[in-house]
Amino acid sequence: MSRSGRLDDAARDPIPFRPFSPGTQPPYDAPAYLSTRARHPARPLVTAPHTVTETTGPCFTPSRFPALADISATDGRAAQGERIIVNGRVLDEDGRPVPHTMLEIWQANAAGRYAHLVDQHNAPLDPHFRGVGRVFSDEQGNWRIVTIKPGAYPWRNHANAWRPNHIHFSLFGQGFAQRLVTQMYFPGDPLLPLDPIFNSIPDAAARDRLISSFDLETTQPEYALGYRFDIVLRGRGATPFEDGEHR
Amino acid sequence: MPTATASQTIGPYWHLLEEKGWDDLTRFGPVPEGAARITLTGVVTDGDGAPVADGCVEVWQADPPASDDFLGWGRAATDAQGRYSFTTLKPGPVPGRGDARQAPHIAITLLARGLLKPLVTRAYFAGEALNDTDPLLAAIEDPARRDTLLAREAGDGVWQFDIRLQGEGDGRAETVFLDV
Ligand SMILES: [Fe+3]
Repeated sequence: MSRSGRLDDAARDPIPFRPFSPGTQPPYDAPAYLSTRARHPARPLVTAPHTVTETTGPCFTPSRFPALADISATDGRAAQGERIIVNGRVLDEDGRPVPHTMLEIWQANAAGRYAHLVDQHNAPLDPHFRGVGRVFSDEQGNWRIVTIKPGAYPWRNHANAWRPNHIHFSLFGQGFAQRLVTQMYFPGDPLLPLDPIFNSIPDAAARDRLISSFDLETTQPEYALGYRFDIVLRGRGATPFEDGEHR
Repeated sequence: MPTATASQTIGPYWHLLEEKGWDDLTRFGPVPEGAARITLTGVVTDGDGAPVADGCVEVWQADPPASDDFLGWGRAATDAQGRYSFTTLKPGPVPGRGDARQAPHIAITLLARGLLKPLVTRAYFAGEALNDTDPLLAAIEDPARRDTLLAREAGDGVWQFDIRLQGEGDGRAETVFLDV
């Protein structure tokens, strides 16, 4: 890390990511979600000022991590269920696109069953649906996947508990502290008001931004319904002017 | 502008993402001269002392600097006993804020069912001289808590770093987790 003085300076005092806005992230301890009981830290976290460890991160490339953007069919055989197109942008909190970043997605099949050994839900597996995809955002932060609308599935959190339809998302962004794992939901789902995971987010507006919107522009005639889901990663702490200097 | 998108749990079915070899950070290229290949391994337990058997452990290190041969990042699942294991290169010191030098460390992200957002910690290496002046270690007053961030050499090149999510139930301290 010592090829030039300038690099050293940037590595020594990198621009930190901004703290999260209060209420927009779930707590570790959320009693309605039973699995948090023995897994949340009981001690306060220790604040770690951002250093090169937090502000830099892995650089995934499609050559080493091949994209798989259409998971609605396997070996040319269409999966069961309602084919959908999901697209959106990855932005930061200043509205700037986050380009060339890797998104991983995984989900249940149309019947609400994961192609996963641990999932014992008595719903059919689909030999033509594995439920895992990987895409990269483009220069403007745009990404797009073709998949199947996932089904709701039961879980044992409380009596008659069912997860709302959702697609899991994993993003890395441009630094270790920008890592995001989240879930995308669907508009109008009657299970949303009952779901402890969705409702763990205190701020209602932040919660609602996990709900995708139906998008006629993305919808393709005779092919698939379209949904839009924009994802916002933490912004940098400095003003855009100062930020530009360091990029 | 909207604020950052909310986190949600990775859940019990994240293994669909798992790919063979992602726990070996040295898989892309030869070990560079002067670098030492090490194993970083440990057991993740919850507040009941039970193994966390469905966890996703990710590591990131800023040193050695990322290259075509070294991504600096890896992912491993915990097994039925809660154990994870990585093969990587031993990091050297990296710059801190101001004039500080940080002791060698590997950043760890833990994701699992029951974690609505990631738990972040760091594995330092017991016996490193710079541990005494590392700003983050110095900020933790209780030595027992500070010790939870030290990996111990458990054999030739094998470093043991257990992660305790909660509580002091069996006499071991809760791992220090970081607000990053
Ligand atoms: Fe799920």
